[in-house]
Amino acid sequence: MVEFDGVGLRYGPDAEVLCDISFNLQPGSFYFLTGPSGAGKTSLLKMLYLAQRPSRGIVRLFGEDLVNMPRQRLPGFRRRIGVVFQDFRLIPHLSARDNIALPLRIAGVSEEDLSGPVGEMLSWIGLGDRADARPATLSGGEQQRVAIARAVIARPQLLVADEPTGNVDPEMAMRLLGLFEALNRLGTTVVVATHDIHLISRIENAQMMRLEKGRLADPTGALRYPPANRA
Amino acid sequence: MIIPRVPIQHRRLLPDRRLSGPTPWVIAILMMLTLLAAAAGVGLARSANAIGSAIAGRVTVQIVTPNPVTRAEQAAALRRAAAAQPFVLSARAVDREELQATLGQWFGSADGDDPVLNSLPLPALVDIDFVGENRSRHMEQLRALVAAEAPGARIIPHAEWLGPVAQLIASLAWIAGGLVLLMTLASAAVVIMTARAALGTHFATIEMLHLIGATDRQITRLFQRRIAIDTGYGIALGSVVAAAILLLIGWQWAGITSGLAATASLGPTGWALLLALPLLAIALAALTARQTLLAALKKIL
Repeated sequence: MVEFDGVGLRYGPDAEVLCDISFNLQPGSFYFLTGPSGAGKTSLLKMLYLAQRPSRGIVRLFGEDLVNMPRQRLPGFRRRIGVVFQDFRLIPHLSARDNIALPLRIAGVSEEDLSGPVGEMLSWIGLGDRADARPATLSGGEQQRVAIARAVIARPQLLVADEPTGNVDPEMAMRLLGLFEALNRLGTTVVVATHDIHLISRIENAQMMRLEKGRLADPTGALRYPPANRA
Repeated sequence: MIIPRVPIQHRRLLPDRRLSGPTPWVIAILMMLTLLAAAAGVGLARSANAIGSAIAGRVTVQIVTPNPVTRAEQAAALRRAAAAQPFVLSARAVDREELQATLGQWFGSADGDDPVLNSLPLPALVDIDFVGENRSRHMEQLRALVAAEAPGARIIPHAEWLGPVAQLIASLAWIAGGLVLLMTLASAAVVIMTARAALGTHFATIEMLHLIGATDRQITRLFQRRIAIDTGYGIALGSVVAAAILLLIGWQWAGITSGLAATASLGPTGWALLLALPLLAIALAALTARQTLLAALKKIL
């Protein structure tokens, strides 16, 4: 699904923020990405959701080399990835409904085909009665739910979430995690960056990826060579 | 397509307000000036052409023989002889009344009754139009004819004294054309700045659209459509004002029926060009916006 091999990332002439990152994410697996602030979690996620190319190394996604891929082919790959941003990145002049519908519209889904799933998603995140509200009139938690709904509405093959439960109450956090788990059971590979230890303990069979000072801790080699891939 | 089709739901991805601030007003002013310069250029070019073709093959033979009877006889003989030549299209002796009427405009009496005017020893004039383009050979033939029929008469080619005027008018037409080109470039520059400003203002939205899989083409069409509509308003406004000014000038011009000014008009081709300019301007704006946007988006991963 996702393969990083000897990946390094630097911004401009500065030292590398990520160094020698190697891992292999299995299809249908659930991963938590942890590490202290400044360890490089967001930079790693950026490479996962194709907002950044590595400075060195190999990145393969869905079986294709992304480092040398022409940029005009990237949109097709991005449509297979759902992203929950830490700062939500909702489009401010669009309603909650339109923000959630955005990935489907970009993918060319007709209005009649998308109205059902969008309505269901709005109900599920508890915002059925606020479908026409603009992000500025929603609370932080409500905005986060809209951002999550937008990330999952198109049933992505890879879901990348950066602190997805940081602004919601514990009950909603559990519901959202349940949604991620349900998607994961349907085959979506999920990568969640979080500091929340309780969240991590809630998902059985989830694997941990820990970043420290730009390096990935993988003492047993299980991330690089998952059991299913071991020779 | 000048204004690309974008589904209504996609149009909402950009805010409802106009993207470009004062751009429509700037475009309106540039469009008005462009149309006025183009109209001036077309009118001047047509005038220069009309004058040029009118004077190119025309000469006036001025007979200044002191004896008025001999002068009149020589003029009549020259007219007859010239009219019989194959290189002459037409030959016409200018009536004394016509000469007096022309001179009367300067002497203060246009009806020819002025005693001073009547006492003037006016030369006899014969206007001759040549056939074809071989002017220098025709001039040689005419000189021989004049030497035989009216010795001592002067041959005055019209191109000698009206030629510089025609050249000046043609130069002004070229300058007007240059102004049209410069203002077109200025309009394109305004559109480029508008497109870049729009990209800067909406960068967060563009980045978001990219990350959920929007193609450069999808994003470009959104902005191209909006910029084309915004500049279209400016072009329409500028065109209406320019049309009003041109109609007003045309109405005043209609009263001028003589002299060089009477040769200036737009003609069907000129009007067609003026009508085509706003459409070309919208197409140029849309194309410029598209290329600017695509080039800018390529810098984003």
